[in-house]
Amino acid sequence: MNFDVITSYIPLYTEAFFLTIRIGWTGIGLALFIGVFVAFAQHFRVPVLARIAGIYVELFRNTPLLCQLFFLYFGLPKIGITIPAETCGTLGLGLLGGSYMAEVFRSGLGSIPVTQEEGALALGLTRRQMFTYVVFPEALSLSVPGIVGNMIFLLKETSVFSAISLMDLMFTAKDLIGLYYNTTEALFLLVIFYIIMLLPVSVLGSILENKVKIRTYGA
Amino acid sequence: MDVDMRPILEVKNISKRYDDITVFENLNLQVKKGEVLVIVGPSGCGKSTLLRCLNALEPIQEGEIILDGEAIRPGSREVNKLREKVGMVFQSYDLFPHMTVLQNVMLAPIKVKKRDKKEVREEALALLDRVGLLSKKDQFPRQLSGGQKQRVAIVRALMMHPEVLLLDEITAALDPEMVQEVLEVVLSLAKEGRTMLIVTHEMQFARAVADRMIFIDGGHIVEEGTPEEFFEHPKTERLSSFLAKMRF
Amino acid sequence: MGFEVLLKGNNALRLLMGLGVALRISLISAVISIALGTVFGVLMTLKKPAITAFFRIYLETVRIMPQMVLLFIVYFGATKARGINLTAETAALIVFSFWGSAEMADLVRGALQGIPKIQYESSTSLGLSTMQTDRYVIGPQIIRRMIPLSINLITRMIKTTSLVMMIGIVEVLKVGQQIIEANRKVSPNAAFGIFLVIFLLYFAACWPISLLAKYLERKWEN
Repeated sequence: MNFDVITSYIPLYTEAFFLTIRIGWTGIGLALFIGVFVAFAQHFRVPVLARIAGIYVELFRNTPLLCQLFFLYFGLPKIGITIPAETCGTLGLGLLGGSYMAEVFRSGLGSIPVTQEEGALALGLTRRQMFTYVVFPEALSLSVPGIVGNMIFLLKETSVFSAISLMDLMFTAKDLIGLYYNTTEALFLLVIFYIIMLLPVSVLGSILENKVKIRTYGA
Repeated sequence: MDVDMRPILEVKNISKRYDDITVFENLNLQVKKGEVLVIVGPSGCGKSTLLRCLNALEPIQEGEIILDGEAIRPGSREVNKLREKVGMVFQSYDLFPHMTVLQNVMLAPIKVKKRDKKEVREEALALLDRVGLLSKKDQFPRQLSGGQKQRVAIVRALMMHPEVLLLDEITAALDPEMVQEVLEVVLSLAKEGRTMLIVTHEMQFARAVADRMIFIDGGHIVEEGTPEEFFEHPKTERLSSFLAKMRF
Repeated sequence: MGFEVLLKGNNALRLLMGLGVALRISLISAVISIALGTVFGVLMTLKKPAITAFFRIYLETVRIMPQMVLLFIVYFGATKARGINLTAETAALIVFSFWGSAEMADLVRGALQGIPKIQYESSTSLGLSTMQTDRYVIGPQIIRRMIPLSINLITRMIKTTSLVMMIGIVEVLKVGQQIIEANRKVSPNAAFGIFLVIFLLYFAACWPISLLAKYLERKWEN
């Protein structure tokens, strides 16, 4: 391995890294928002909305992100909807992630025992208060492992962005391999930067999971 | 015991049905202020359902529930008032697992009654101290024993200053050695004149705590009386055979 | 809107065959993953420090490394840098099996450790031997838990296979691009129709499998 080559590549990767992170975390934010919204629609059986939510979840959970991105980025402009590549990436990740997050929240909400609701109602809490202070926070802590798992999954999925010509980490690596044949160095940096991006989330996730485990269960 | 004559809770001709099963029909009941009423009966006789109806956790099909002179129509906004004034403790404790002991008992007074946090906290600490759990205030339910959880659940209900407290088989899920610590708390509440409706299988405890006993079987009040009459001179065959089974 | 391109020549058939390539790669990888993963999962429950440490590193690698990165490492790293001549498809099979085996191993480990100790104790107290316990008591419970999860792994495998176009394998997305490219003049809007159809093709491939997994999960829940 040639360390001079590595040093000279670092700025390129750093730039790509920040682009990837930006799209990744904005997409995750969007995914959480969509996920909560969709899970509520389904949990409360909101007419029409619950139906649409169900179709959305099935569609996006059963298709690859790459395919969704191609449709958003190459397909939609043909009917007059042009979305810039970065927005496409964020939107695609958000839509894909939303369907996964929705499932996590929904099963969290569904696994709160009825006796918990009754306990809250018996204290005089209204249904709204019961949901806000008891059911939702409990469901949220039950959902933590799933949310973290999905975050890692979504950050990994960012690796397909180069397909819609976003200059992310994969794009940079591919470019350098193609241009200069410094394959080993290019791949080495690729791995390092993905470790920097994902290892902290993975470790933090494990810590958080253990913490939540103590608080939940067995009341 | 300070029992005045005014009924705080009155149940008039209520009926409860699930589809084609009738749990009880035309049931009447009066509870006076400060009275401790213990309800016993075989499993499935409808005694727990009755308590749940009194807290509007189950809708009733006929009749009315009058609390402190006010009729409560099921499904109306008054239902929340009913729940505020009627506290309930369940067999399965049902503490909120994501909150500490202190948060559990402070939630309802702050959110429902909008009371001052500091004042609620002081009251909560005093009550926890009274049931011997002050040192556990910052622990999560998971870290407590069953008996401790149930004592917290009682404090949680008391924090709402209920006019009537409903206790639904609160010792049924506990290990035998923990039953006593919970029953002692209930006995001390009875001494200070709390109005309580208690469903239990602990006959000795029932006898010690009750002002009046009710025996329900097949959805009807079969017999009622003072603990003395009830245990020593049961009038009906059904009650004496039930008591015989409970005593072994 | 570009749907007309599909009716031209054998375009529709070519797309389906492209999907066939993706499905073939995912099914082979899934079978390898399920087999290897089951063995790995059992090994992980043995509580031998060396084995545990090895699998922790293996699983964590798979957990945080995108499959795309692994594909690049195997395909470009091995083929171009080391001079080993791997076809893109072999590289894909290696990567997806490497990834899938880890996922499967973790599921098997979870299922094995999720069996309450009392199940073992009560069968032992009935006089069953260890082998009989595994064969009649533990095994069937594990299989019921694992089948829906393994089926889910297959859908994930199918979705992940879409990545192989990035190392030059001609699967459904690549075929789609080729068709769009070839008809750029006559049907400039083909991208909309073609990519929508591919989206739906993937859905048609994965959805029934997901439904089956969900059905079995519910049926065996108790």
